[in-house]
Amino acid sequence: MTGLTARSVSTRKPPRRLSRDRLSVLLIAVGCVVLLLGGSILYPGFLKPGYILQQLQIASFLGIIATGAMLVILLGEIDLSVPWTITGTAIVVISASGSSNPVIASLAIPLGLCLGVAVGLLNAIGVAVFRVPAMVWTLAVNAMLLGAAVFYTGNSRPNGEVPWLATQVAIGRTFGIPNAFLVWLGVAVITVWVLKRTVYGNYLYALGNSRRAVFLAGAPVRLVIVATFVLAGMFSSFGAILLLGYTNQAYQGMGDPYLMPVISAVVIGGTSIQGGRGNYIGTFAGAIFITLLSSILSVMQMPAAARAVIFGAIILVMLLVHSLTGENEDTA
Amino acid sequence: MIWLRYNAKEGIAAIALAVLFAGYIAIHPRGFSTYVITIWSNQGALLGLAAIAQFFVVLVKGIDLSVGSIIALTNVAASFLLNGSPASIAFGILAVLAVGLACGLVNGIAVVYGRVQPIVTTLATGGIFGGIALLLRPTPGGSIDATMSDALTYAVAGIPVSAIILVIVLVVLRILLRRTASGPALYAVGSSEQSAYMTGLRVNRLKLIAYGSSGFIAALAGIYVSMVTLTGDPNIAPSYTLNSIAAVVLGGVALSGGVGSPIGAVIGALILKTISSLMFFSGLPPLAQPFFEGLILAIAIALGALGVFRVHSRLELYR
Amino acid sequence: MAEGYVELKGVSKSYGGVPALTDVDFRCEPGRVHAILGENGAGKSTLMKLLAGVIQPDTGTISIGGQTVRFSSPREAAEQGTVCMFQELSLMPHLSVRDNIVLGAPRTRMGLMQRGVYREAREALDLVGARSIPLDARVSSLSLSERQLVEIAKALFRKPKLLILDEATSALTSELVEKVFGVLKMLKERGVAILFISHRMHEVDTIADRISVFRNGRHIETFDVGMRTTDEIVRLMIGRSLEELFPPRRPPVSDTAATVLDVSGVSWQSQLADVSLTARAGEIVGLGGLDAQGQQQIMHAIFGVLRGVTGRITLNGRRLNGLKPPRLKQSDIALALVPEDRKTEGLIPSMSVAQNMRLAALGRAPFGLLDLNGNIEARLHELIERLALTYGSLDDPVATLSGGNQQKVVLAKWLVLSPKCLLLMDPTRGIDLPTKAHIYRLLTELAAGGMAVLLQSTDYEELIHLCDRVYVFYRGRVAKELMGDHLSADALVAASMNVNLHAEARTG
Repeated sequence: MTGLTARSVSTRKPPRRLSRDRLSVLLIAVGCVVLLLGGSILYPGFLKPGYILQQLQIASFLGIIATGAMLVILLGEIDLSVPWTITGTAIVVISASGSSNPVIASLAIPLGLCLGVAVGLLNAIGVAVFRVPAMVWTLAVNAMLLGAAVFYTGNSRPNGEVPWLATQVAIGRTFGIPNAFLVWLGVAVITVWVLKRTVYGNYLYALGNSRRAVFLAGAPVRLVIVATFVLAGMFSSFGAILLLGYTNQAYQGMGDPYLMPVISAVVIGGTSIQGGRGNYIGTFAGAIFITLLSSILSVMQMPAAARAVIFGAIILVMLLVHSLTGENEDTA
Repeated sequence: MIWLRYNAKEGIAAIALAVLFAGYIAIHPRGFSTYVITIWSNQGALLGLAAIAQFFVVLVKGIDLSVGSIIALTNVAASFLLNGSPASIAFGILAVLAVGLACGLVNGIAVVYGRVQPIVTTLATGGIFGGIALLLRPTPGGSIDATMSDALTYAVAGIPVSAIILVIVLVVLRILLRRTASGPALYAVGSSEQSAYMTGLRVNRLKLIAYGSSGFIAALAGIYVSMVTLTGDPNIAPSYTLNSIAAVVLGGVALSGGVGSPIGAVIGALILKTISSLMFFSGLPPLAQPFFEGLILAIAIALGALGVFRVHSRLELYR
Repeated sequence: MAEGYVELKGVSKSYGGVPALTDVDFRCEPGRVHAILGENGAGKSTLMKLLAGVIQPDTGTISIGGQTVRFSSPREAAEQGTVCMFQELSLMPHLSVRDNIVLGAPRTRMGLMQRGVYREAREALDLVGARSIPLDARVSSLSLSERQLVEIAKALFRKPKLLILDEATSALTSELVEKVFGVLKMLKERGVAILFISHRMHEVDTIADRISVFRNGRHIETFDVGMRTTDEIVRLMIGRSLEELFPPRRPPVSDTAATVLDVSGVSWQSQLADVSLTARAGEIVGLGGLDAQGQQQIMHAIFGVLRGVTGRITLNGRRLNGLKPPRLKQSDIALALVPEDRKTEGLIPSMSVAQNMRLAALGRAPFGLLDLNGNIEARLHELIERLALTYGSLDDPVATLSGGNQQKVVLAKWLVLSPKCLLLMDPTRGIDLPTKAHIYRLLTELAAGGMAVLLQSTDYEELIHLCDRVYVFYRGRVAKELMGDHLSADALVAASMNVNLHAEARTG
C-alpha cells in the first residue's frame, strides 16, 4: 500500500517471518541446481537440454497434481484420495474414449474432469459438513474409489483408447518445448495470480491460519472449503489425463506412487503442512526437485529399495532444515 | 455410568463390534467354532496391535504414517532372527523390539527436537523404514521357528492365544496409562500442550515416550505377523498404516489428541476386520466387496462425526 | 526469615522489541499477602510469568530465599516452591479434575501413583469451597467459576512457598471469594509468601498487607495497605485522574432516537434465559456482571454464532434470527462484532496488518477480484489516520504491533464497512492507557454519529463513564438495568452478585 507515511515504531525490526517464504523457495531452487550439477558429475548427459526438457516434461505431471494438493494443504487440510482419483480418472477416460458411442467418446476428457469434481465434492461434504478430519475422510473416499474401480473393471486392465488430445499435450512439443510443461507453466501463472490477487486466494491463506478469525470476519468458510477440494480433485484428474497420454495406458494402482511425491513436493517447497503459509513457486520448484532426484537415483542404478531410503532421508533432511531455520521467535 | 458419558464413542464402537461379530458368526459356514474364532482373532490381533501403535502417537496430537513400515521392517528383521536355539530366538525377539523402539524414537526425535510436523516426518520415515525392509529382504522369505509360531497362533482350551496376548497387552497398558504418573501425563500433553507445560510436565520427554512406545508395539505387531505368516514380507506396510488410522478413529480416539484408549483402538481394528470378513462371506460379488468396505468405513466415520450437528455454538466448529 | 523471600533486581523483559517490564526492583516477604495493582498492560502478567519460570528475564536477577535463581521452566520453579495460578488457567480440558490437580506433583511408589494423593486433592478442593465438584468430573464440563476453583486447588496441592494468584477470582461470587481468602489467610500464617494480582480494589483492600503499583512496565511504588487513599492509588495506577482518561459525558440520547437493536426474550441452552435489551441510535449500552454470566453469549447470539437461539432479535426492524456473519455484515444490516480474544478471534497474527484490515471487507462474492484501489482502500487509509495507528510497515505481521494497536486494526477492519450497530467484547482488555483513552473517544464519536454501540466490559469505570445504560448479567439473565444516577460502582458490584440494594429493585 503506497502513499502513506509510515510512522516508525521504536527499534522493532520486522521478524524474519516474511522473508521465510522467500528463503524456502531459494532453498529448494538451490537444491535443484545442486541436483543438476551433482547428477551431471555422475552422468554427463544430465546437463544436455534434451534431458532437462524431458525432466521438465515428467515434472509437469507431478506439478499439476501438486497444485491441487497445495491448495488443500494451504487450507490446513489434506487430500489422501489423490491415488485413486488418478487411477479412476484414467479408467473413466480410457473407457469412454474407447466407447462405441461417438458422443461419449468425444466427451471422454470432460468426463474425466467431472470425476475429479465429483470426488472433490464428496471430500468436501465429509470435511465441511460432517467435519470429519480430512485425513480419515479422504482415506475412506480413496478406498471407495478403489472399490469402484475394481468393480467396474473386473479387477483387470481397463480397455479403451487414449484420447488424441491427451497424447498431444502429454507427449507433443511446441517449438521443441514439451506441451505438458507449457501447460504447467500456464497453470502456474494462473495459480500464482489466483492466490495473490483474488478474494478466494486471500481467504485460503487466512483460513489456513485461523478459521475462527475468518469465520468471525464474516467469510463464507464452507464455500471456500468446497471450492478448494473440488479444485484439488480437478487437478488430480487433469494430471491423470496427462499421465494417460504419456504412458498410453491405464492400469490398477497407477496413482499409488504419486501420493508421497506430491505431498513431498508441496512441503519441501516451503508450504507449511499446517496451512496458511507457502508460495506456489516453492511447489513448482519442489516438483522439479523431486523429479530430478528420482531420475538421478534411477540413473545411479540403485535398487528400488535404496532409492526409497535415500528419497525419504533427503525429504526428512529438507524438512528439518526448513523447520530449524524458521524458529526464532519468543512466545509472549 | 460416568464412564459411558465420557467415552460414548468407545461404548458405541463396542456395541457395533458385538453386533458385527454376531453377524459374522451367523454367516460363516463353520459357525461358532474354535477354528473360525482363532482366525478372526489372529487377524484382529495384527491390526489391533498396529492400531495401538497408532494410538500412542495420536494421543499426543501426532499421526504416524510410518507405522506400517515399522511393522514391515520388524517383520523382516524377525524373519532373520527368530529361528534356531531358544536363546537365539529370545535374543532375536529383544533385537526386533529394539529395532521397533529405535524407529519410534527416530520419529519422536524429529518431531520433538527437529520440530517437523508429525504427518510429514512420518511420511518421510515411512519411506526410509520401508526401503530398509526392502533392502534386507527384497522378496518375501526367511524362516520362523515353527513350534513357536504354532504355539502363538493356535488356541488353548478353546481360546485363541492371540486373544490372550492381546488381552495381556491391553491390561498392562491400562495399568501403565492410568496408574503411573506418565500415563495421564500423556493424555495431558495431547489435551493441551501449553497447559501441560505450565503444570510442570516434561512435555518433550513424554512425547518421546509416546513415539517410542508406538515403535515398540509396532515391533510386537511385526513379530506376530511373522508368527502368522511364517515369512518376512517388506510389502505389507500400506494397508497397516491406513487401516490403523481408520481403526483408531472408529474406536473413539480423537485425532486431535488427549482422548481415547488402546481398548478403543483395538475395538476399531476388530470392527474393520469383521466387516472385511463379513463381506467375504456375505455372498456379495467379490469384485464389489472392496467398494462396500470403503463405503461402510465412510458411513461409520460420518456417523461418528454426527455429534457436529448437536453443536450449539458455531465457534466450536472452528479451531 | 530468608526462606520464601523473593527479590527482583533490575529486571527487564521485552517481547520482540516491545518492552513489557523495565528495570524493576521488587521484594516480597514470606507470611504476607502482597498485592500487585496495575492497569492492563502494566506488566503484571509478565512479572508473574518471570517468577513462575514460563519466561526468562532479558536483564537483571531474580532471587528466592537469598539465592539467585534462573528457572527455565514452570517445573523448575515449582520444584523450588513457586506455584502460580494462571489467569488463562492451566487445566487440561479432557482430563478429570483429579488428574489435573495431581499431575503436577504426583507421588509414586515403584512407578505407580499412590491413592493417598487423591485424598489430598479432595481436601484441597474442599478447602476452597468446591465440595460439590466431583474428582472424576471432566474439566471441560465445568463452568468457568468451577474451573477457577480447581485451578486454585491445584496450586494449593503443591504446597507452595510462594503462591502467585493472577486474576484468580474474576468469575467467583462473593461467598467463594471469601472462602478463598480464608485459605490465603491460613497460608499466610504458615509463612507462605503470597502475590495477589488484580485490578479489583475492593478485593485488594480485604486481603492484602502490602500493595505494589505497576504502570507501563515499571514498578511505581510499594506501600502498606491503608497508607494511601483509593484516589491516590488510582492516580498511581493510571498516571492521571480518571476524568482525564474518559471523554466528557455526552448528553443523554433523546427519547425519539430510533431503536436500532432490539433483543426480546432470547434464550439459549442453559446459558441465556429470557434476555431482553435494546440499543438506540447514538447510545453506548453496556453489558456488565461477573465473568461468564451470559454477556458473551448474547453477543454471539446476536452475531449469528449460536445455533438454536429462541426469541427475537431485530436490527432496524429486520429479523436477525438464523442469519450468519457473512449475511449480517452486508450493508443492509451492517452489524459488526469485535470479538473477545484479539489473538485468536479478532486477528490473524501471522498475516500482515493490511491483510487483517481488509479481511471483513473482502469482496461480496467469494470469488471476486481483490479490489486494491477502490473505495475500501481509501477508507482504510482514512481510518488508519483517524485511529492514529502506529506501525512499522503495513506489510508487517500484525503480531508485531502492540496490543493497543492490534485492537485498532480490529476496529478498522469493521469500521471500514460503516456498521450501524457495533458489538464490542471487552475491547480494552490488555491495552495501554493512551490507546484506551483514544478508543473511548472514538466510541463516543461513533455514537454521536448515530451508531448503536453495545459494549461488554469487566471494567466498572468503563461502564460508568462511557455508557448511557448498563445491563448487568447474572446467571444468563439480565439482573438489572442501571442508568443515570443509579449507575455507580456500588450498584454494579451489587447487581453483579445479584444482591438487592433497594426495595424496589427488580432482579432478573
